[in-house]
Formats: sequence, structure tokens, C-alpha cells
Amino acid sequence: MFKYLSLIALILLPTLSSAKVIHSERSLYRNIIVNEEGNQRCLKFNTKSSKTNQSCVFKDDPNKLVFNYTKLVFSSLLMIDDPKKVLIIGLGGGTLSNTIHQIYPNAYIDNVEIDPAVTKVARDYFGFIENEKITSVEQDGRIFIKRAKLKKQQYDWIILDAFNGDYIPEHLLTKEFFEETKSILTSKGIISANTFSSSKLYNHESATYHDVFGDFINVSNQKNSNRIILAGYTKQPNKETINARVQKLIPLLKPFNIDIEGISKNMKPTKDNIDWPVDTRVLTDQYSPANLLNL
Amino acid sequence: MTSKTNALIYFLAFSSGFSIMGIELLGGRILAPYFGSSVHIWGSIITVFMLSLSFGYLIGGKLSTKNASLTRYGLIFIFASITVLPIVFFSQELMELIFTNIEDSRYGSLVASMVLFFIPTIILGMISPYSVRLLVTDSEKSGQVAGRLYFVSTLGSALGTIITSFYMVLAFNVNDIILGFSLTLGLLGLLAIILHKSIFKAHMKTTLNSSAVN
Repeated sequence: MFKYLSLIALILLPTLSSAKVIHSERSLYRNIIVNEEGNQRCLKFNTKSSKTNQSCVFKDDPNKLVFNYTKLVFSSLLMIDDPKKVLIIGLGGGTLSNTIHQIYPNAYIDNVEIDPAVTKVARDYFGFIENEKITSVEQDGRIFIKRAKLKKQQYDWIILDAFNGDYIPEHLLTKEFFEETKSILTSKGIISANTFSSSKLYNHESATYHDVFGDFINVSNQKNSNRIILAGYTKQPNKETINARVQKLIPLLKPFNIDIEGISKNMKPTKDNIDWPVDTRVLTDQYSPANLLNL
Repeated sequence: MTSKTNALIYFLAFSSGFSIMGIELLGGRILAPYFGSSVHIWGSIITVFMLSLSFGYLIGGKLSTKNASLTRYGLIFIFASITVLPIVFFSQELMELIFTNIEDSRYGSLVASMVLFFIPTIILGMISPYSVRLLVTDSEKSGQVAGRLYFVSTLGSALGTIITSFYMVLAFNVNDIILGFSLTLGLLGLLAIILHKSIFKAHMKTTLNSSAVN
């Protein structure tokens, strides 16, 4: 018995010693852990397992994006001209906001985060930039969008990034929510959603997006389970437009380690390529067991 | 009271416990689109349910002191069934109104919970003390009867919570589940009234027969 225990200890020790927790707290919603491992500083929710990494930065080059999905979000820029008003639901470490601000210093960015502790950690450990153009609000994303609709505010780039690997706020994955989001999107705007759905929920999620927005684009690379959904565009840009945007974006996105040319090849429109059963039930405020469907 | 009526009363108390918690659980779902899913939503919902149950116990107890009968008991259920219906038919308009007028989602959710759940939960709360009144025949056994009743209705609450959250939300719309609760409560109320009438009739018959013999 003792032999096995010491063996386990031997295996665990190096991993424990190389990852250093520099901050941990229990917020109203979750456990928040900031740790450092080698050249990376990461924000984690709930456990120490790497599956729940929310946001990471390279210590020696904070501009370079670590996560694939964060890079994939920038496929949105192939769908629209330069964004002027950006809304981000789900702050995380503030990486998206910081990156967009550096690419488009004149753009207004509103960040919405439900958990005040996450915002604080983003400020203290991830260099989240706030200024007269960048705001952060501590509110439920659904309420923010409903209020924005009442105030007739509009955005040309809306990023939905409120899901983490373990839990989906179900009221942010319904037909009614998408309709509200659509109502605050400018006519030439784009919605990008970062999602983790698998199996059954994948179908329900796709059916719901399709019901509200019509055709949309899936952006993913085979390596991981999440996908970026691009929706809300009125006309899919043609190849020439996309290529022109790629060429324009290459130098802009290079400092952030975003290979926009490679990403542009991973965009799959659902037009003529519906990969879910057509009779899949649409998720609504009345029917939204998203987490149960994602088991 | 026959053992058949007693069994019915226990079953009705079970169903009311089931419905109360089923509705409370769905309350979170109903409020989320307008007031979010933060912890204060549950604060509002639980506060309102506890508050209205407490009033319900008081009122139900008081009501049971005058002409307590199975018919009146059944009427409470029918009344509960009707007052649950606005949750299904008017909640969107009501919440829209509250949302536009109250900026702070804590107080918004509190007011919305009040408007939607206060009245029906008061009425559902009246059922427990009224059941005790109908079941107790011997003051020696009143504690035992009350204990058994709490057991049955709280067991109903536990099952109502788990069945609603684990299974029903996967199969049905929120409104359909609430309509189901309303229908069940109404039908059970009706059943109690019918049973009371038939017992009464049978009782009258035997009394008439015995007086005829005399």
C-alpha cells in the first residue's frame, strides 16, 4: 500500500511544484484560481484540472493569444468591416477585449461579466485595460442585452462567451435570447458565439441558431471540442471580399499569433450543409434543459 | 371520516406539496429571461414562497375552525388551481412591465415573484393545517396525525423537486408543466367535493332508512 502511495506522490509532485497558484478565491458563483506554470499564467474556474482553463496569457508576451478558440473568434472580422461598437458577454481574463482594443483603438467595447470577482482578477492579474472607450459592467448578460434593447443601443460585433466547459447559463441559449441579441445588432454586424456543446446539445443549439438567424457559419478546427458560431449576417461575403479582408488582417493580427489565413479555411457555412436532424427541437425560454442535454 | 377519505386527504396533501416545489423550482426558469440567474433570483423566490406559506398556514388554520368539510377542502384546491393560471397566461406581460419599471434586478425579481407566486402559494399553504383538522378525531393522536401529514406533504415536495428538475424539464415546456399542476390540483379538489357529496348522500340514506325503521 505504502509503495503505491509513494509512487503516486512521485508522479504528482513535479506537476504540483511546477504549477504555482498565485491567487485563489471563492466567489459567489465559483472558485477562481490564478496559477502560473512555466511561461503561462492562467485563470481557472472550480478545479485545478487543465480542462477548466478559462483564459491564459504568456508572461513574456501578453499580446500573443494562447487559446485556439480565442483566435477563432477573430474569424468574425472576415464577415464585417472595421467594428466600431463591440459587446462582449463573459469577460474571463479580458483577453478578447484587450486584443480588440489594440487592433482597433477607436472602437468602443462594452464588457459584461456576471461575477465581480472575475472582473477584479482580470484587472489585477491579466492586465485588463479599461478607459473611456472600454467599459465593464457587472451584470447578467441577458439583462444587459434586454436593457440595451430598451435603450435602442446597437453593436456591430457581439461576442457571446459566457459558457465555460462545465456549465451553460441556460437562459443564454434560447430562441428568445438570440432574438433579443439580434435586435441590438446593426444591419451589417456579426454575432460570434463560443460554445462547447457536444452530441445532443450540438443539434439543439444548431437548430436554435438556424431558427433565429437562418444560415450561420461554424468555425472550428478538429483538434478541440468547441466551435465558434458566426451568425446574424444578412449576406455571406463572397470569396473576393474574404480574401481582401484576409490580406488586410494578416499584418494586423500577426502580433497576436492569429493565423487568419488558416482560420479562413476552417469556416463552414451551414448553407446546403445542415449537420443536424431537421426535426430537432428548438430551445426556448419554455424549453431549455441545455445542461441536461449536454451530459 | 372513513379510511378512504383519510387516504384521499393524505394523497391531496402529497400532491399539493409536489406542486408547490415543482412551481417554486420552475420559478427560477420563469424569472431568468428578465432578471437573470444570479443568486438573488433564488433569494427572491424562496423568500416569497416561505412568506406566503407562512401566511397560508395561518389562514388555513383559522379557516378550519368554522364548518370544516371535505367540500371546503376541495374548494381550496380548486381555488389554488385557478390562481396558478396567471403564471402561465400573463407572466410575460407582467415581467415586461416590472422589468421596464424597476432597474435593480434584485427588487425586480422580488416584485415579480410576489406578483406571480404570492397568492397561489398562500392558498397551497392553507392545505396543511386544514388537512390536520379533517384528519384529527382524537386529540391524543393529533401529534401523530400532524407528523404523518408533514411526512406525506414534504415527501411530495421532495419528489416534486427532483421529478420536475431531472425529468419534466427535459420533456415539456415550463407552461405545460405548470398547467399540469393546475389541472391536477383542480381535479383533486373536484374529487374531494364529489366524494363528500356521495358520503353525505349515503349518510342521509342510512339515516332516512333507520328513521323509517323506527
